[in-house]
Amino acid sequence: MQWHVPALAALLIATATGIAGYKSQVLGYPITPEASIDTWLVEAKLGFEAIGGATRATLKVPIDPPGYTVLDENFISRGYGLATESAEASRQAVWTTRRTSGNQALYYRARVVRSSEPRPPIGVPALADVPEYEEPFGAAVLAVLDDVRARSADIFSFATALVKEINATPPGPNVTLLVNEATSPQQRAALAVKMLASARIPARAVYGLPLVDGARDIQPRTWLQVNNGERWLTLDPLTGTPGLPDDVLLWWVGEEPLFDVTRSRNATVQFSAIKSVEPALSTAASRSRAENASLANISLLDLPVQTQNLYRVLLLVPLGALLIVVLRNIIGLQTFGTFMPVLIALSFRETQLVSGVILFTLIVALGLIIRFYLERLKLLLVPRLAAVVITVILLMALVTIASHRMNLEIGLSVALFPMVILAMTIERMSIVWEELGAGDAIRQGFGSLLVAAACYLLMFHPQVEHLVFVFPELMLIVLGITLLVGRYTGYRLTELRRFRDLAK
Amino acid sequence: MFFAPPGKLKRLGVVGLNQRNGDYISKLNRRSDYPKVDNKLITKQLAVSAGIAVPELYAVVETNHDAQRLASLLAPYQDFVIKPAHGSGGEGIVVVDGRQGKLFRKASGQLVTLASLEHHVGNILSGMYSLGGQPDHAMIEYRVRFDPLFKDITFQGVPDIRTIVFKGYPVMAMVRLPTRTSDGKANLHQGAVGAGINIATGVTHHGVFNSLKIDHHPDTGHPIGGHAIPQWDVLLRLAAGCYELTGLGYLGVDVVLDADKGPLILELNARPGLAIQIANGTGLAPYLRKIERDGDAKAPVETRVAYVEKYLADTPQD
Repeated sequence: MQWHVPALAALLIATATGIAGYKSQVLGYPITPEASIDTWLVEAKLGFEAIGGATRATLKVPIDPPGYTVLDENFISRGYGLATESAEASRQAVWTTRRTSGNQALYYRARVVRSSEPRPPIGVPALADVPEYEEPFGAAVLAVLDDVRARSADIFSFATALVKEINATPPGPNVTLLVNEATSPQQRAALAVKMLASARIPARAVYGLPLVDGARDIQPRTWLQVNNGERWLTLDPLTGTPGLPDDVLLWWVGEEPLFDVTRSRNATVQFSAIKSVEPALSTAASRSRAENASLANISLLDLPVQTQNLYRVLLLVPLGALLIVVLRNIIGLQTFGTFMPVLIALSFRETQLVSGVILFTLIVALGLIIRFYLERLKLLLVPRLAAVVITVILLMALVTIASHRMNLEIGLSVALFPMVILAMTIERMSIVWEELGAGDAIRQGFGSLLVAAACYLLMFHPQVEHLVFVFPELMLIVLGITLLVGRYTGYRLTELRRFRDLAK
Repeated sequence: MFFAPPGKLKRLGVVGLNQRNGDYISKLNRRSDYPKVDNKLITKQLAVSAGIAVPELYAVVETNHDAQRLASLLAPYQDFVIKPAHGSGGEGIVVVDGRQGKLFRKASGQLVTLASLEHHVGNILSGMYSLGGQPDHAMIEYRVRFDPLFKDITFQGVPDIRTIVFKGYPVMAMVRLPTRTSDGKANLHQGAVGAGINIATGVTHHGVFNSLKIDHHPDTGHPIGGHAIPQWDVLLRLAAGCYELTGLGYLGVDVVLDADKGPLILELNARPGLAIQIANGTGLAPYLRKIERDGDAKAPVETRVAYVEKYLADTPQD
């Protein structure tokens, strides 16, 4: 019993902290409402001139590019049938049409965002056949490989050394023979892949786009990848610099060409990229959907907007309730009705604080006057309560009409006050007024209003609103604290004053 | 000094509301026993069958139809008290101490009509004074003619003696003296004076009025201390016996001293307030700890009262 409540509270708080931490740190759910994140819209435009008849166009498209998450993608083509074919490491879009001619343009668009999600290791790929060379090339390759092997410790340093050897200036005699015609990065990468195959190291050339905001004609660049038995490691085929730069989106893998179009002329692919700033929240939500994170399945962000808005408000009620718990059990304030101030605070959301307080005071004051008159009619309790409710609604309508006449917009929102709560407040206040005097009644009424205002300020702080909606698991923390206060047996602040004479 | 340092209150053994609720009421008072004290009709029936002295019940009004017969129900009596069966904090109690023609004279001297009493009974029936507002019954009972002992330090109304009974042992007591502010009612939060009583001897010491320590009654000006309550051991046995009656381990017992009938149980309370500590100038915790250590709740009433008289004359030291 002693440890039960603290243990339960600790468990709740730890669970909530864990989930919220995972969502903010790994899934990228933003902690502040203003947080934003860069997303890239990358477009590949395949243009060609059809010469008539059936045409089949293929274009390599990204598949799970490292360092990025594809949030969504679409294929734009008019009059073409579309299929996508995925192989192990590459994917291509295939457009087909029976009859076409003239200039054609097919588009592939992807919205991507940087992601630091770690990837699971992949196995060792199948080894390529050892290529056969004619002499003297075979001897030159073996000489270079032997030389490189002597200077390297593992697969990656072997590949780095080989790339440096190939690109050395001035090149060594054996290399000169081999690189003879291979001048472009693409050719150098192909040469390295072939030589690594001779050394039984799986290697491949990959192509990526350096993303530049607003660029309209991005040229794909080549990188070399070697497999160390766990994952593919990237290096620059010209300099041997390890790793893929952060701003590069890997587009396709392997020796096959980027695109292929039958029965056409002048086929080209043009890449462009635009950076856009989006609210981090929606990006995080669509990313965790794209990555299939299980926590995303219990997110409120997937609900219809109307329901979302409902929960935006509902999730704030526990915070107000916690505030009431603290004010009553730790501070020791008295209010009319336990959770009445929370409900009043909810209606302040529509009316805004100052005008809400004014309207509330106005309605309660008018209601009290009428309640005192009803007292003299000696009515039974329930009919009297009903009479107060009816009066309150009429008063609300009157206030609304009066403020509409005076062109005061704010008076219109008075209808959002919970009238039954108002009626109960008036009833309780009038009883306190009669039994304990006007001073007590006004003091308690003022106290309730103050607590309602405090609830409003806490619940509708934009940061708080954002946190509880994006991280509803924080409710578990609220529950944990509530349980802890539930076992608090120390003094209330007001008791320190009440018992002050004893301490003399 | 605006606030008391919490450490000092703790050393004095002052029990706060949170501790009373969390450590005592929730552990010692079973929910199912609450109706025995919350419903004063049940309390009265239990007390009568256990031979515990209570004010005589004249009539019970259960429906609004009965309320219309109020005149005939009241006809045999010159003076009476109307109270809700489920009332709390002394609210809804009307004391009529005489008639004047067709009018009734309230304890405050104010004259009221029969219609006004009927309205009051109607309010009681509809649950205005009951916890949670459930429909209630109104009780009409004997008006206590209070012992002249306290007449110098009472302004109208009936002073009553509140005793806290912990696991069957009376541990702290005070007499509640109505004032002009309290409108003849004996509730401290309505402005009555509470005067501490030595639990072992039954002699009053200083008092408390609106949470402040006083030595003289605010209306009459007479000293509050030094009054010895007659038949104190009878009163202690009466209070201790309420433990067997209700099974509540933390209980407030309200007793009145009637000039003719001696101590009578007025009502019981499962959540007695804490102002009794201010009236006695000391915290409850040392007493409660001593009873928890030494007390045997199964001992007979006589043994328990003897223990109180022997060991609780001074605040126990730990």
